[in-house]
Amino acid sequence: MTSMLEHRYRRGELHRFQAADTDFFYLVSAGAIFALDEGTRSVLDLIGDGEIAHGDLVDALVQAGNAPADAEDLVRELRLVRAIHSEQVLAAPLPSSPPADYPLQALVLNITNQCNLACTYCYEFGADKIATPQGKPKYMTIETAKASIDFLLASSGNREAVHITFFGGETLMNFKLLREVVGYANAAAAAAGRKITYSLTTNATLLTDEIIDFLSEQAIGVTVSMDGPAELQDKRRVYKNGKGSYAVIEPRLRALIARHKTRAITARVTLTEGVTDVLRIYRHLKDDLGFHEVGFAPVTTSGERDYSLNGDSMTGVLADFHALADEWQEYALRGQMHGFTNVSETIGELIQGTNKSHPCGAGLGLLGVSPSGDLSPCHRFTDADTHTLGHISTGLDQGKREDFLSRGHVQAKYECQSCWARPLCAGGCHHEAFVRYGDTGHANLHYCDWIREWTDRCLQIYGTLAARNPGFLERFAARKGLQ
Amino acid sequence: MKHLKPINKKAQTIEASIAPIEDVVALQQSTPLPHVPMGCSLSFSPGWEVDAGGGTAGLCQPVERDIYDCYVTCFWPVQVPDHVNYSPDWASNCAAATKDWRNLDLVFP
Repeated sequence: MTSMLEHRYRRGELHRFQAADTDFFYLVSAGAIFALDEGTRSVLDLIGDGEIAHGDLVDALVQAGNAPADAEDLVRELRLVRAIHSEQVLAAPLPSSPPADYPLQALVLNITNQCNLACTYCYEFGADKIATPQGKPKYMTIETAKASIDFLLASSGNREAVHITFFGGETLMNFKLLREVVGYANAAAAAAGRKITYSLTTNATLLTDEIIDFLSEQAIGVTVSMDGPAELQDKRRVYKNGKGSYAVIEPRLRALIARHKTRAITARVTLTEGVTDVLRIYRHLKDDLGFHEVGFAPVTTSGERDYSLNGDSMTGVLADFHALADEWQEYALRGQMHGFTNVSETIGELIQGTNKSHPCGAGLGLLGVSPSGDLSPCHRFTDADTHTLGHISTGLDQGKREDFLSRGHVQAKYECQSCWARPLCAGGCHHEAFVRYGDTGHANLHYCDWIREWTDRCLQIYGTLAARNPGFLERFAARKGLQ
Repeated sequence: MKHLKPINKKAQTIEASIAPIEDVVALQQSTPLPHVPMGCSLSFSPGWEVDAGGGTAGLCQPVERDIYDCYVTCFWPVQVPDHVNYSPDWASNCAAATKDWRNLDLVFP
């Protein structure tokens, strides 16, 4: 008489992939990665994209040679990790929003908005700029810089370590302040019983041996913005008179890499129309110049600039990325580090199983400070009046921060809800979204396919290593932990 | 977990979080399942319930159906016809309680 409810199962939100003759799935609701055995694989195959009743599923598994108890086990295990679910839908835990008093971890100090180069694609000075520096200070004062350090230490809760990134403009045009504020920050952090670490981004034109030695002594990580060998670098990374900058920076880079011993020296390449030969750029920066790591990103544009990358160029870039990814994997299987940052970063996130509420730390653990002391979500919004989040003297405007963060939350991005890559991407760069779509909370739809293909590739590398050299992943995780 | 292998930290966290559930399931499966009487509130018939208004008029199945379940299967001594000694034929005109419940009559002992 009594009718029992029979569950009908559907596949959960999974991205399945294969590597090293093994089947895996990436569990989208969590960012978890599981390796499948034959049994669990056949359950997922039986369910497919449709629905199947519990009894039918178990019968099919028994038919395939499983003992009835094992068949029930298989189904239960997949149900418990939410790889499959029935009509009794348990809502997956959503990435939660951080609390309003989320402690700061890092500040990006734009110690000057002046630059000695005039790179044609620059987001700060180029055609798509959003900064409005007119009438504002060009150089940060030491008072503002010290106030920023105090603000960071006071706003970082009980974090053991905080971080300062020096940025510009061209950062080294205000090296005098940089040196002074590092001394102040070391003392302030020590007095507060905290650790403080530093990094800076530079175009390398102003590096001297004296500066390099200071950076090495203070263990200040250096990222060099550059685009490759001479003819690629000089295409768009030029002085105001149009002269290329490669000849100036080359000897300085060699000195930097030779003398700076305390931190990895990384290069950050902006890909633009005509500057897409990723393999050649990588070889030059890694092998000829000796950078430890090289990362690439397409230029941010509103979509209609002569330096924008079109779809064909992006396809070519992706092909080169795949070639470097092959290399990265070969290195890792031999237990060696490869310097292609675009794989390393993703692998680092896959190890943790990151499931992001927001694409990055902007406005969360990280804020930008303009030369005048205005706070912004990150360095890319420096001096943009539309995105000010307060001032170093008056603190963070919580209302504006909340507005920024609620726009940027992955849950607020409709298109992301059906995408399996959202735990890592979360819609992409807030700044790029604003430049492209006029809203920091818009998903960066122009690179969705690209991100999915790249994430899938990195998952395959991850799966291969998990199967063939899991020790490398452990060591890699520790390396990340040290940074 | 026997079949899925967690290979990143989040997957290991999930494995750890379901381990207690797995233990309970394993314990339950090591001994025979207890007999659960039909008709009581452990299963999906209305059982000893009242409707939203506190009465029995709005139940999704007629209250007599409960009596029928108790008559045949329930171990709990209640005021229902006794199918062993006194009223063995009480339900003989009721093949399916949801349809034929009107054929169940009162019993006056």
